[in-house]
Amino acid sequence: MIEGINFLFGEIYRILFVLIPVLVSVAMIVWFDRRVWGLVQKRKGPNVVGPFGLFQTLADALKYFFKEIIIPSSANKTIFILAPIITMTLALVAWAVIPMSENFVLADINVGILYLFAISSLGVYGIIMGGWASNSKYPFLGAIRSAAQMVSYEVSIGIIIINVLLCVGSLNLKDIVMAQQNLWFVVPLFPMFVIFFISALAETNRPPFDLPEAEAELVAGYQTEYSGMMYAMFWLGEYANILLMCALGSILFLGGWLPPIDIFPFNLLPSPIWMVLKILFLFFLFAIIKAIVPRYRYDQLMRLGWKIFLPFSLIYVVLTASFLMYFDLLPKAGAL
Amino acid sequence: MNLNRFFKTIFLVEFAQAILKAFKEIFKPKKTINYPFEKGPISPRYRGEHALRRYPNGEERCIACKLCEAVCPAQAITIESEERGDGSRKTTRYDIDMLKCIYCGLCQESCPVDAIVQGPNFEFATETREELYYNKEKLLDNGDRWEPVLDKNIKLDKIFR
Repeated sequence: MIEGINFLFGEIYRILFVLIPVLVSVAMIVWFDRRVWGLVQKRKGPNVVGPFGLFQTLADALKYFFKEIIIPSSANKTIFILAPIITMTLALVAWAVIPMSENFVLADINVGILYLFAISSLGVYGIIMGGWASNSKYPFLGAIRSAAQMVSYEVSIGIIIINVLLCVGSLNLKDIVMAQQNLWFVVPLFPMFVIFFISALAETNRPPFDLPEAEAELVAGYQTEYSGMMYAMFWLGEYANILLMCALGSILFLGGWLPPIDIFPFNLLPSPIWMVLKILFLFFLFAIIKAIVPRYRYDQLMRLGWKIFLPFSLIYVVLTASFLMYFDLLPKAGAL
Repeated sequence: MNLNRFFKTIFLVEFAQAILKAFKEIFKPKKTINYPFEKGPISPRYRGEHALRRYPNGEERCIACKLCEAVCPAQAITIESEERGDGSRKTTRYDIDMLKCIYCGLCQESCPVDAIVQGPNFEFATETREELYYNKEKLLDNGDRWEPVLDKNIKLDKIFR
């Protein structure tokens, strides 16, 4: 009995050890996003609350916390309340398998990438439920767009991941990182990295693919009817998802926690810091792209996903596979 | 599609250029200011909050000619006057409804003695409507408070009038 309780508390501590840094970094990343956005547009961005405005997000969260939660009378109450909870939970649950360094991972499972992919696919449910349960026009349209968009781009992300897996021969995220010790996959698979990055933008509803919440046409898309803490949860889940996609990108292509070159000045930094730096670099690109691009039209979005990315990544799978086959570079079973 | 265009599309050339451009913008000086702490420059002609001025000896400038009341397009000004003991005509009531006022500056232009002026103050928001019905006392108080700036602005702008 005592053992059971000890085990439970041990696990809870470990979970909190991952969860709290993620939540804090989500808050920081929202500030970072707004700041970069402002700086590119020659504004100052948030700079009043705390040093450099770092606590802006905390102040916003506090504001949301004290706001009234309005549930529309025609909404389906249960699903309406469940939707933001699902979005946030799924965005946080996925962090369990992200390795920050060789030993710093909550759940070192053999199907890590599959788990991650499954969770991020489930993410669309939160949005569809939110849009459907609101029982209102804008959220409904936003949710439908979002569903179509996320499903289409997940296909190409899946095929891009197959490219990486061909080179690794394992679904374990640690193995994927360790396989990049000699050469980061961003070099041989550079086109796939670009497509992955753009698909990640679409997957997380970031500009230029922010159609589900296009404020010019759909008010706020599936978030229109949400208020107070429920809106904040959607927003938290969204940014946690963006961070997750950045982490996934750095694990798959940028060598995870590995330093660029394994020589003196570079391997001095502890490995989680390298991981954080790579995530930050990818997020910086996310933020800067938000500032420079106009929104895609819906048909352009679908054309890009199905007619360009999908065939291109399929062709690249064939190329990668035949290259590995021809030069006998395929990873052997049990090699890692 | 011509070849050059095709090449640019495939290799995201323009996209990369845009990112580079945006990156350079980050380090350029900013166009915005920290508003409540820093304030932008204001023209001497700026038409802000109204004020009634006095002569240096403390006498009110206003002679109750009611030109401002007549010219006011929003009819925001109400004036009542009577003869004072020394035979001069002075206002007993000078009200401006700041909610009606459209800040056109015609009152200032019509005034023959530079009594009613619009100062540089634009931060006079209040929490109730009633606080924005200005009476003579409030306007004179404004005049006393802003006199140094008002005087300077009128002198600066005089050559253009």
